[in-house]
Amino acid sequence: MTTTLTTVPLRRPGLRRLRLLGQGPLFAVSVAVLVLLVLVAACAPLLAPYDPEALDLGASLVGTSGDHLLGTDQSGRDILSRLLHGARTGLLGPLLVVGVSTLLGTLLGVVAAWRGGWADAVLSRAMDLVFSIPGLMLAILLVAVTGPGMTAPVVAMAVAYTPYVGRLVRGIARQEKARPYIEAYVVQGWSGWTVCVRHLLPNIVPTVFAQSAMNFGYALMDLAALSFLGFGVQPPTADWGAMINEGQGAVLQGAMLPALAPSVCIVLAVVAFGIVGEGLADRIARREK
Amino acid sequence: MTAGEKGLVVEGLCKRYGDHTAVDGVSFVLPPGGSLAIVGESGSGKTTTVRMLVGLERADGGTVRLDGHDRSARPRGREERLARARAVQMVFQDPYLSLDPRITVRGCLDEVLRLHTALDAAGRAARVADLLDRVGLGAREADALPRGLSGGQRQRVAIARALAVEPRVLVLDEAVAALDVSIQAQILDLLREIRREAGIGYLFVTHDLAVVRHVADDVLVLRSGTVVESGPVDRVLGSPEHPYTRLLLSSVPRRGWDPAEVTGRG
Repeated sequence: MTTTLTTVPLRRPGLRRLRLLGQGPLFAVSVAVLVLLVLVAACAPLLAPYDPEALDLGASLVGTSGDHLLGTDQSGRDILSRLLHGARTGLLGPLLVVGVSTLLGTLLGVVAAWRGGWADAVLSRAMDLVFSIPGLMLAILLVAVTGPGMTAPVVAMAVAYTPYVGRLVRGIARQEKARPYIEAYVVQGWSGWTVCVRHLLPNIVPTVFAQSAMNFGYALMDLAALSFLGFGVQPPTADWGAMINEGQGAVLQGAMLPALAPSVCIVLAVVAFGIVGEGLADRIARREK
Repeated sequence: MTAGEKGLVVEGLCKRYGDHTAVDGVSFVLPPGGSLAIVGESGSGKTTTVRMLVGLERADGGTVRLDGHDRSARPRGREERLARARAVQMVFQDPYLSLDPRITVRGCLDEVLRLHTALDAAGRAARVADLLDRVGLGAREADALPRGLSGGQRQRVAIARALAVEPRVLVLDEAVAALDVSIQAQILDLLREIRREAGIGYLFVTHDLAVVRHVADDVLVLRSGTVVESGPVDRVLGSPEHPYTRLLLSSVPRRGWDPAEVTGRG
């Protein structure tokens, strides 16, 4: 019997370049979308041609025109203006959710990883417990207690997202803690606190940041869903999720834009955050190699 | 504290992981400025032993004393922690993982000096230059990040970092195993030179008997967590008494070497 040895190149440079090319522009476009989104949210009052809450029942469901670039909704409010203002609530909610859950999750994850033993067991089980409660259900429960508005959904989502971050951080912090450079700091006589804050944290922050970018997109979608269901941002405040809800009736009357325009905005934002998060994670993985 | 006792004295050191006993009653003495090699195959407990000495693992039994000061229990407070760090330092096996990837060589040495000395910035800069010079590195390497250095250069940085606190004992855990053979010889020569100048005691953990002959005065052979043989290098490696030591010696590849003899399937 003869055996033929076929050499399979582990990494073909041509393919690799193609892959990078395939990823490069998409990543760049997504970053551009996110920058634009932030700028729009910041400058909404300057950009919006109309007051987003000004009713004009005489101009109900006007199609696209020079006066109203994206038309109006059933109450005659300018859709473009509402979209621009909607970007503010659309970003502020996830920002709070991601900010709180990232801080809390990082703290819990690092403490669990560093202390190990019973502290790790208690914190990990607590995170599993929260993990098992669906975030949307928690939000609806909290809204039932405190009444609708932004606060309850944001608090509930921050709690629900914390174990995601906590588990990730615990995993990478344990990995990092086992690396000899961290052990070298311990042997040098630094306190555990100093080693964690000054040396372990900075080395895991990029990975956490990449995960947070993805979480931002998910939180945006969850909060929009809650607003759509009427638990979150209340009318007449401009919010993408609430706008879809309000636009449902118009769809039956043949007007797609009042519901479609905010839907497209949500999809664009969520996809852009996802691609940026994945791209950052990829970059970190490549750099570690 | 035991008055007048000098050197590193280890008595009846034990470490268990569940049912498995990794280190089982290991005792030895490292005189001041001495050089002891701990040899044994993978899993013989040699690394666990030294990790207990530097405080990375807690011993389940036994005592460790350096110049009469007990260091078996968890250190109480900052002063004790720093005092222990000044007594024993460690160089790790993998130079690619033992340096903080974000910190330059200069920064890495500077922070050790900031923790352990009262020197001002200028004094620390002078000490950093001095330390780098001692391990054969220059100003170019000083401002480099670890990823800009070769394995040998990184291990020199790790040695400089350990020497910065002027320890009495330096633990070297397979410190040359990850390096090329030619670089190994350079690092071992450097270590010999440092020992001659500074009188630091060395504790080598290695599976490489050539390294033992090169740098150690005494040798301790570990198997399954227990000491099977110990004594001066020439005696133990020259005329081994224990069958396990003979097995280790015959496992070293050389001219006319037959693996089948070692595995007993010849």
